[in-house]
Amino acid sequence: MTATERPTEEHAADSVAANRTTRRERFASQVQRRGSIVVLALVVVIASFSFDSFATVGNAQNIAIQSSFLAIVALGMTFVIISGGIDLSVGSVYALGGVLAAYGIQWGSLVGLLLPLVVCGAIGLLNGWLVAYGRLAPFIVTLATLLGARGLLLAITDEGSTTRLMPRDDWLTKLGQGTFLGLGIPVWITVVLFAIGMVVLQRTRFGHATFAIGGSREAATLMGLPVARNTMLLYLGSGLCAGLAGALAAAYSASGVTIVGEGLELDAIAAVVIGGTLLTGGAGTVAGTLAGVLLLRVIQNVINQIGTLSSHYQSVVSGAFLAVVVAVQAYLSRASR
Amino acid sequence: MTTDIKAPQARRRTDTRIWLRDNGVYVAIAVLVVYNLAFTENFATLANLNTQLVQVAPVLIVALGMALVIGTEGVDLSVGSVMAIAAATLPLYLGYGLFPALALALVAGALCGMANGTLVAVVGIQPIVATLALLVGGRGLALVFADGQLKDIRNPEMLELGAGKALGIPYIVLIAALLSVLVWLLVRYTTFGRQLVAIGGNRSASALAGLPVRRVLMLTYVISGVLAAIAGVLATARLTASDPSAIGNLFELSAITAVVVGGTPLSGGRVRILGTVAGAVLMQLIAATLIKHDLPDSTAQIVQAAIIVVAVYLQRSRSAGVA
Repeated sequence: MTATERPTEEHAADSVAANRTTRRERFASQVQRRGSIVVLALVVVIASFSFDSFATVGNAQNIAIQSSFLAIVALGMTFVIISGGIDLSVGSVYALGGVLAAYGIQWGSLVGLLLPLVVCGAIGLLNGWLVAYGRLAPFIVTLATLLGARGLLLAITDEGSTTRLMPRDDWLTKLGQGTFLGLGIPVWITVVLFAIGMVVLQRTRFGHATFAIGGSREAATLMGLPVARNTMLLYLGSGLCAGLAGALAAAYSASGVTIVGEGLELDAIAAVVIGGTLLTGGAGTVAGTLAGVLLLRVIQNVINQIGTLSSHYQSVVSGAFLAVVVAVQAYLSRASR
Repeated sequence: MTTDIKAPQARRRTDTRIWLRDNGVYVAIAVLVVYNLAFTENFATLANLNTQLVQVAPVLIVALGMALVIGTEGVDLSVGSVMAIAAATLPLYLGYGLFPALALALVAGALCGMANGTLVAVVGIQPIVATLALLVGGRGLALVFADGQLKDIRNPEMLELGAGKALGIPYIVLIAALLSVLVWLLVRYTTFGRQLVAIGGNRSASALAGLPVRRVLMLTYVISGVLAAIAGVLATARLTASDPSAIGNLFELSAITAVVVGGTPLSGGRVRILGTVAGAVLMQLIAATLIKHDLPDSTAQIVQAAIIVVAVYLQRSRSAGVA
């Protein structure tokens, strides 16, 4: 009963300060949506003036290719987080994808590309099935598949002791190492995937349903949205993205390295959150995630440029940055309320 | 409440599930112990018992703090990095003696917990992200403290702490047991413990009831940080080296697993310390059983993954039973 009375009181209070609140609200949501892009631009400008070797074509190419693998993983993660879920398994799935690509390429490039996609997609489906139909917490389900995928990886690499090389003249390897218009092919794949992701999120029924599920799962169910099916698709997408990124990264280094991907899920989550997507679900953008990924990689690059700083500061700065961003987000969302 | 209206058969099924959820971990331990007694050589020896307990102790200590945090409907992902920070700060003051060094490591852990607590309780950030920041940044910080290097520990008292025994029981195991009892008493018999559970059950109701929500949350994360630091110190003592790049790696996952398998729901409002101890022991027992039978690491991980899913599935019956 009291719950129905309180909003009316708040509305009365709102209308008094209506103008001020809406301007503040608009400002808050702008910072939330575009803050990461502004900060990215600032960091790039400052770094360009500070370091001669920063604003060079070679360095830009480096940053682009280093960002691309994480960006693909973070793209799938963005969708999952917008729906109010989380996917901790992506780091392991990424490593598994790379190993499977190197394992499958012995039967040709097509198998080398499809094998990781099929297996990693299956892991994503398993995540989605347990979350959607088992009604289990995403955090713990994907924690379990994090362990499981790593176990699977160890099983096919003789307990991690075998690193398979990928023949340099197969087209899958060339897909990872080749360049087009000066940028690595993985970068172009990333760009295409993000364009698709943007359209799917903003312009399709699936994208709108993703926002609705993240806003309120119950409400989305009552609206008649196919919540369970969409949830399965979201985790499938995240698994596919992580598998593809792993396969491309393996092709880039021409080997299925078993020790990659540990902690990658954290980088991906950090990039998504820095990009302005709320971990509570219901709000977020694909472009913000791209800016978040680039920001992490540019900071890393700048610390390398400084040279005198030990590389350990990279993670210190990333962590501090993440804390500041979420603190600002929390402040803004309180201000807009 | 609705369980009373349900058909008797359905009710019985729910009852079985609730019983399994609460006691499954003990049943599983009993089954594994019996199996090992029957089929594993050299299982029932004092040496093996000590080895297993020493191995489980650091995870268990971290899991105690994690159980408290999860009881408040939070999670502390930073524990592994806090262990690394404690391990990295330990050698800095070891030249002045054991106690200044220990104090510094524990204070470092408390400060980490305070940072988490501030972000969660005062700023109002979700625990996953707040502690994720320290997970990412903490290990870097530990490496900065240690100059990225592994340092041998030569202090005889520290070495004694890592390898010594009293009454045939390793110090590490004694400390873990003592801490378990303390945390159990804390949850069971103190105002703080009751407030913690109440906040995890319903934060806004607790705030309306006048509970000091911020203070309790802050203290919970500080306790988790200090326990992680203790685990880091003990792991360092056992390793006889401070290795900030490896100590505590992925401990957050092991600790969460122990807590969840032990029957503490991730949704908060309930803390089971005895269950957490059993959960940690069970995971160790599973790993030991698989290793003793020459099954590879990969199988162990897949089995662990399956056990986590089963444990969470059983816990789901709480919401199924009420709704």
